[in-house]
Amino acid sequence: MTNTIIWTVAILTVLGLVLSLILFWVARKFRVEEDPRIDEIEKTLPGANCGGCGFAGCRAFADAAVKAGNLDSNYCPVGGNEVMKKVADILGCTVKESAPMVAVVRCNGTCEARPKTNVYQGEMSCKVKAALYGGDTLCIFGCLGCGDCVNACAFGALSMDPATGLPVVDESKCTACGKCAAACPKRIIELRPKGPRGMREYVSCINKDKGPSARKACASACIGCGLCEKTCTHGAVTVADNVAYIDPAKCKLCRECEAVCPTGAIHGVNFPKPLDKDAVKKRIADRKAKAAEAAKAAAAAQEVKKEESNG
Amino acid sequence: MAKLTFSIGGIHPADSKLARDCKIETLPLPPKVYVSMFQHLGAMAKPIVAVGDSVKAGQIIAEPGGFISAYVHSPVSGKVTAIGPRKDLAGFNQMHVEIEVQGDEWADGIDLSPDLVTAIPEDKQFILDRIKMCGVVGLGGATFPTHVKLNPPPGKTAECLILNGAECEPFLTSDYRILLERTDEIVVGAAIMQKVLGGCPCVIGIEENKPGAIAAVKASVARLAYPGIRVETLKKRYPQGGEKQLIDAVMHRQVRSGGLPIDVGAVVQNVATSLAVYEAVQKNKPLVTNTLTVTGDVIDPARQHNYLFRIGMPLSYIAEYAGGIPEGTVKIVSGGPMMGKAIANMDAATVKGSSSILYLGDATKRHAATPCISCGRCADACPMGLEPFLLKRLYSAGDVAALEQNAAQDCIECGCCQYSCPAYVPLLDNIRMAKAQVMGVIRARNAKK
Amino acid sequence: MDKLTVSPSPHLHAPASTASIMRDVIIALTPAMVVSILFYGWSEIMVLAVGAVSCVAIEWLIARYLMKRPDLFSGWSALVTGILLSMNLPSTSPWWMIVIGAVVAIGVAKMSFGGLGQNLFNPAITARVFLLISFPVQMTNWSVPDGFIGGVDAVSGATPLGVIKEGLKAGESISEVLSANGMDAHSLLRDIGGSGGEISAQALLAGFIYLLVRKVVKPWIPLSILGTIAIVAAIFHGVDPEHFTGPNFNLMTGGVLLGAFFMATDYVTSPMSNWGGVVFGVGIGLIVMMIRYFGSYPEGMSFAILIMNCFVPLINRAFHQKKYGRA
Repeated sequence: MTNTIIWTVAILTVLGLVLSLILFWVARKFRVEEDPRIDEIEKTLPGANCGGCGFAGCRAFADAAVKAGNLDSNYCPVGGNEVMKKVADILGCTVKESAPMVAVVRCNGTCEARPKTNVYQGEMSCKVKAALYGGDTLCIFGCLGCGDCVNACAFGALSMDPATGLPVVDESKCTACGKCAAACPKRIIELRPKGPRGMREYVSCINKDKGPSARKACASACIGCGLCEKTCTHGAVTVADNVAYIDPAKCKLCRECEAVCPTGAIHGVNFPKPLDKDAVKKRIADRKAKAAEAAKAAAAAQEVKKEESNG
Repeated sequence: MAKLTFSIGGIHPADSKLARDCKIETLPLPPKVYVSMFQHLGAMAKPIVAVGDSVKAGQIIAEPGGFISAYVHSPVSGKVTAIGPRKDLAGFNQMHVEIEVQGDEWADGIDLSPDLVTAIPEDKQFILDRIKMCGVVGLGGATFPTHVKLNPPPGKTAECLILNGAECEPFLTSDYRILLERTDEIVVGAAIMQKVLGGCPCVIGIEENKPGAIAAVKASVARLAYPGIRVETLKKRYPQGGEKQLIDAVMHRQVRSGGLPIDVGAVVQNVATSLAVYEAVQKNKPLVTNTLTVTGDVIDPARQHNYLFRIGMPLSYIAEYAGGIPEGTVKIVSGGPMMGKAIANMDAATVKGSSSILYLGDATKRHAATPCISCGRCADACPMGLEPFLLKRLYSAGDVAALEQNAAQDCIECGCCQYSCPAYVPLLDNIRMAKAQVMGVIRARNAKK
Repeated sequence: MDKLTVSPSPHLHAPASTASIMRDVIIALTPAMVVSILFYGWSEIMVLAVGAVSCVAIEWLIARYLMKRPDLFSGWSALVTGILLSMNLPSTSPWWMIVIGAVVAIGVAKMSFGGLGQNLFNPAITARVFLLISFPVQMTNWSVPDGFIGGVDAVSGATPLGVIKEGLKAGESISEVLSANGMDAHSLLRDIGGSGGEISAQALLAGFIYLLVRKVVKPWIPLSILGTIAIVAAIFHGVDPEHFTGPNFNLMTGGVLLGAFFMATDYVTSPMSNWGGVVFGVGIGLIVMMIRYFGSYPEGMSFAILIMNCFVPLINRAFHQKKYGRA
């Protein structure tokens, strides 16, 4: 009896020792040398593995960054400047600061504004629906409402608003990884700079149809009338293919375009006060009147000059 | 004689050929027609007329926009009133030429007499040119330009011309009616195509549920006595009329994945295409008319019709003429119920390949999908031997490499899987996307090479 | 007119649905249920009712309150599980044991895997095996048939399989066991005490033929199970008839027919392809015979099916459909 126990303990101990030696040897023999900075960078990164940077996860990002030795083609939109600075410190290089971005849904064709013309029945996927036909409204550019963007978001920042049938971005959760923009077959979602204190101005429509048919399809469509372009004093608005676009780099957030838009397709968000359309319109009118006066005066002056030179 | 059929999968939906006994009627001309520039597979045709031009029926109004493309002719005589985008039946904008109908005058050189011309031109190139200049495209559904298909690439020879009279889709009867009413012309068309392909034998395949057509074609083949044409009876089974399935059924050969029918020596043409070829070559008449069935499970037999229509007539005009959209219609389909497209816009114009206006009632409503119970019916039904349940799963997982390995790109979109799924899983909806994804990967890889 | 519906093709659907398939299975089980009720009387009606009701109720409760996904409730499927579970239990089963079985079948074997279509193991068999191990006394209290039809002199106590197993374990030969119990080879097949679903081979066969005609199941799995059992039994019985029972006996006793026709053919837990089904069936047949001949349990159908259930994902990977143009 005692013998059995002794033998058992002995055999197990020897076996354990031998096996651990083998493991030790294997671990040494097949050890892969890896730059410790990869681990370090990976730890610094948010670890969501969202792919927003264009790499297949945070590890791949770190790997590429260490291999390249700089951060020219690496930027983690989720972590933002703060995290990128830390990464740059680890690598001992510099990183360009980039403005924080946010996903913006450029369709405001709510159920009311954009009446349904048929009923879609099939897989609830925007991709499937877009491949099938123009959609269940007369607007073939607008949101299809099946929520591919919501499914693509790894951060729970998107949700469908049942009242409007449109996706809503939760800015506090959005990391601007760009997954939703890529998932949208209609390319409605755009990544735009968040703007100072979140304030930004954008055209919430990408309908390229001519004015009348765009209007027929959706009451709040951009009809490409060009009023915004004419009103903007900063050259931030351009109309191409019957649809306006606001360049965030040039926009000074004066909200004049928003005030003159006849269909309400231009949206301003996170402004402290609601837009007083009449006041802004008056401001524009005053400025125009002043400009006209000035032009008149200038013309008069020109006349005088001409006369003087003639005389 | 043994009935032929394909070897893998397939389903047996009720054939519902409700309009089978309705003679083909000719539709009167509408006030305006809208001729699409995108009626064929390949590049869009380029309009060569201008607003204000007067055109005659049969006159070329658009040129091919590429090698795989086709001429488009005016289906009516009148004045071009607009050229620009117009919504097609899916609601997408397509370039259309709008023509206001004035009288019914045909361009010179077109033989409109009903006399049968049986003498076949000797010159192959002449025949091919005629087919090309008359804008003939495959009318079996894919609308692939016929002159391209009848001109095999060098090094490949046609061993068998298969004339597809299967019409395996439920409800459709237009092919059946032309097989009955225009039998001789179709047989002459077949003989013309045989000639172009170097005198290979021709098999006219017709499904067993059309005994009248089989008898009529057999009699005509015997009477006209062209060499090497025979009629084969096919089993009633969907998708018997699929190109790959028909080749399997008639020649017992299978086209390799990614290959063309000509690789196994087969050229498949629809019977309606054969009729168009006859008219083009023997009568110099361009493809501006076709036959279309107005049918459905919500209309009574008296209102079922087969019409000879001019291309460019709006669907709504034909529907109106046939008595309006019937009560209880849930969905209107252009084409058969298995592969046809649901119509979102009834104002859309008919195109060369239009084959039906199909009114479907409650039976077409989709049920909510329930979990897959792994019954394997989709795999049993797939005529390509794919495993739809697996493809759907792989697509949801985004595994493109595995999709390619499991042959998602071989899907012919026949709908057998989704038809037979007892859990109402939208299999084809997903597999179609998976196929597109894999095809994109394959194309990108080939481009790199 | 209402708005038109637009959807991708196909625009038609076959008449069969999951619910209609489950209804067909219930119809196919009806003859066997009727026979078992005739044999065992009110107690069998109680077993069936408790099994069916508790399975459906538990499925609903779990889907509704535990998983908060009412859409995962599949009543017809739960009903089939309930009936199959009941038919695998002795008619003397106390109601609480059946309810525990239902909790194991639906709660553990099915819903914890994600509900219908996700389970790896056949729920009814999982529950049966659970009960067999947990309550061996109640589970082997095979009653004397005492039902609505008289004139059946039945063996009491254990099933024929159990009697022979005990005898063989004690070192007797089969003929000694039979004579000791006053049985002959014929009465073995006639007076079978057992669970409700194991009584009438004809009733089970009728149900199975109905399923075949309705194209609900394919014959390959049952055929390969029964064929394997017959062949293995024929070989062993031919070599040593005193210690190994014959093919007829092995096919007709215990849960073989019920298992082969109704349990092994469960879509979710069986391979999809025909050849996969054959491999699955042969595996079950072999395991059954190994357990019966060499194991300590008299009956092995449930274990065999559960063991082969584990291999289904592997079998599905190994056997693929023949593809067009890729020979």
